[in-house]
Amino acid sequence: MTTRTHLDRLENQSVFIFREAYHAFKNIAMPWSMGKDSNVLIWLASKAFFGRVPFPVLHIDTTYEFPEMLEFREWATTHYKLNLIVKINEEARGRGIGYETHDPVTVTHELKTVALQQAMAQYKWDALITGIRRDEDPTRAKERYFSRRNAQFEWDYKDQPPEFWGQFATTAANGEHVRVQPLLDWTEVDIWRYIQRENIPIPKMYFARNGQRYRSLGCRPITKPITSNADTIEAIIAELETTRTSERAGRAQDHHERNAMQKLRAKGFL
Amino acid sequence: MHSTSSVKHPASSREATLRVVFVGHVDHGKSTLIGRILSDTNSLPEGKLEQVQRACAAENMEFEFAFLLDALLEEQEQNITIDTTQIPFKTAKRNYMIIDAPGHKEFLKNMITGASSADAAVLVIAANEGVQEQSKRHAYLLSLLGVRQFCVVVNKMDLADYSEARFLEIEKKYRVFLKTLNLETDVFIPASARFGENITARSTKMKWHHGPTLAEALDAMTPMAPPTDLPLRFCVQDVYKFDDRRIIAGRIETGMLQVGDELVFSPANKTSIVQSIEHWPPVTAAATSPRANNGIAIAGDSIGITLHEQIFVERGYVASHSKDAPIETNRFHADLFWIARQPARLSHLYTVRLATQEVKCQIVSLDEVMDSSSLERNPTKADQLARNEVGRLTIQTRAPIVLDNHDRLPPLGRFVLVDDGMICGGGIVYDGVYTDRGAIKSKNIFWSEGKITAQARSAQHGHRGAVVWLTGLSGSGKSTIAQALERELFIRAMHPYVLDGDNIRHGLNSNLGFAPEDRVENIRRVSEVAKLMADAGNVVITAFISPYRADRQRARAIAMEGNAEFIEVFVDAPLEVCEERDPKNLYKKARAGEIREFTGIDAPYESPVDPEIVVQTNQQSVDESVASILERLLPRLK
Repeated sequence: MTTRTHLDRLENQSVFIFREAYHAFKNIAMPWSMGKDSNVLIWLASKAFFGRVPFPVLHIDTTYEFPEMLEFREWATTHYKLNLIVKINEEARGRGIGYETHDPVTVTHELKTVALQQAMAQYKWDALITGIRRDEDPTRAKERYFSRRNAQFEWDYKDQPPEFWGQFATTAANGEHVRVQPLLDWTEVDIWRYIQRENIPIPKMYFARNGQRYRSLGCRPITKPITSNADTIEAIIAELETTRTSERAGRAQDHHERNAMQKLRAKGFL
Repeated sequence: MHSTSSVKHPASSREATLRVVFVGHVDHGKSTLIGRILSDTNSLPEGKLEQVQRACAAENMEFEFAFLLDALLEEQEQNITIDTTQIPFKTAKRNYMIIDAPGHKEFLKNMITGASSADAAVLVIAANEGVQEQSKRHAYLLSLLGVRQFCVVVNKMDLADYSEARFLEIEKKYRVFLKTLNLETDVFIPASARFGENITARSTKMKWHHGPTLAEALDAMTPMAPPTDLPLRFCVQDVYKFDDRRIIAGRIETGMLQVGDELVFSPANKTSIVQSIEHWPPVTAAATSPRANNGIAIAGDSIGITLHEQIFVERGYVASHSKDAPIETNRFHADLFWIARQPARLSHLYTVRLATQEVKCQIVSLDEVMDSSSLERNPTKADQLARNEVGRLTIQTRAPIVLDNHDRLPPLGRFVLVDDGMICGGGIVYDGVYTDRGAIKSKNIFWSEGKITAQARSAQHGHRGAVVWLTGLSGSGKSTIAQALERELFIRAMHPYVLDGDNIRHGLNSNLGFAPEDRVENIRRVSEVAKLMADAGNVVITAFISPYRADRQRARAIAMEGNAEFIEVFVDAPLEVCEERDPKNLYKKARAGEIREFTGIDAPYESPVDPEIVVQTNQQSVDESVASILERLLPRLK
């Protein structure tokens, strides 16, 4: 067959980027949230490397995880034979940082971004493969496939290196790292269509139960389900085709104050 | 824990996403146009329009559609689009990804980043200002980046009284310009993004326009088809040995590849047959994937293959079929656009990246620089290319590179130059010479390009490289003439060098004696060294008896293989004269039988049949001999 679909095109590009990253960097890790995009990443990595994920997979455990997600983590780690690293910001938890007492932007920063920084300091990765997509948020629309972060994790989105003809900025100075983002061109619907086509395992929480489902998954206290009867992938796609509500509407940290997402991202949030 | 449904959903009837880049001069209304499309096609998130309208009211500003895009605070403050953004929208026909490329002059790299992946382009020209510098520049860059499908929106028609005459004037002027770039479109749309005229709805104010609205024009475009009809280029990204398979991973840039195909891997020129195209998950589980089990891969596919014969392959190799192989060279011509702050400099060491190849290189000549506003090419004596300039130049690599001419096979005809890890510019290759791999051995492929090397060097040295081959009996005066000639050339600021028995026999050929086979080898090595030095731009003067015609003929052939000028000089003197001179007492030793097979005594000297120059040292002085050589030689070195 000599035609390719939109999904084929996306898959090919993502696989290409995985391989470029694996070649360019010695010490890579892939953050894994167990969410749908994250699982598509695992799937694409397995495609790129013919059945293995040849670098560690990092779960930043905020300690506010849904039990079903942790269950999925156990299952998938065995299923894909992942080299799983679990990181908790014990120091912040020790100081009493938590949703019970603090605002979501602070907690997200401490338990996710700082935890990631701690893991980076410990493992000295020079590249992180992330599942972010341009359509998720306006700040993400400006991302590159290979996006450099300085030692403070800051992203200089005003002076990004050019990226064209399959050539990327693949060097990181000492202390810097590069975010590699193979899903950048995918949309939410693309992700679902691909999950459907490839039969990719995902947590059950995305599917409607009792008139509610999760469209985006984060920490338990700040992630709200949407009203939905979509209990199959077909129904979810049909729902997304008509909705005009943003995907991350149910994620409180994005909306806590004006420009929350921008602030979080400038500080190193994925 | 497997939660996906097994029910098959019919494939969507909607067409594949089209990636459209919006370009145009700063302030010609691109962002407004995009905001308008998003709004009029109901592609905005719920409440977004109202939210921005409220924000504008609160700030006491007039609402503009452009604000919809300016999601980041900094952009609103500076009122220019900072970086390429990608925004989805949809019509009834298909999904689109808008690539918003900034119009501000300094942000060329962002435009290139956005435009290089586009299927199509929308060029925006404001009706009130007409064709401006960047209207031209961006069109030129699109042509360079290979975006051939586009339409022109003449925006802000509300500021030109919706005048057909004004529209036609701009159309006419722009068409003339586009023609100079070999770009063509039939679609010019008079529009007002601000008031929504001819964007998604047909304008009632411009009934004279019978062409499409912008939405109709976009729906009529087609996504770029994979270039399967071009010759195969499979660019190796890596070789994986995770298990007992040795998988060559990479992307097919053009053409098609099938199990059973014989592939040639350049630059090594090794061949092997494709044994398998590897898949994960194993074929049965991915039966819905269109390429699961037919053993064919096409342009755009990221694949992995195994080979029958385990030849050495590494990242950077390019696999093709043996007919229609790419060019393999160490020197090529290119048009280069420069985006780094630091100018591109002659002789500075850069890294060229072309597909997955990475090779050190230098810009060896800068021939033309394009004027940034008129886009005229002008010959230049400049030795650097500034930011945002485009130059026509020649690049020399330190190792072989595999490429194609851009007009024949775009993916292998474009490259970037990297300095200190940063991409500084991009270029396209032109005028490369294809050679038949079957007919010419790999070593010759370089030298077929080497002729250009000689020209560039001669431009720099002020003369061509050449081999001046002196032949004659021992004592005929070869060494004396060689040294005198060298001095004469040297004081003319040329680059001569003498190869004689002393500097060759004591080093390179110290393992050789005087047996016939050693003499042959001695001359062969001298010939090869002379060729290399001549190719390096020197005038090489050799002073060896070189008694055999066959040896001298071979020396000539070797020099010509390297595209060096070869001048045979017969240093003629009768044997008796030479024997009488006998500067090293060799004739005496030969006559005494102390030396065997001495030329002229007990070994033959075969006089040249048709030498370029003959000097008779029994009749001419050294100076006269040198003068007569110079008279013939100098014109040939120009």
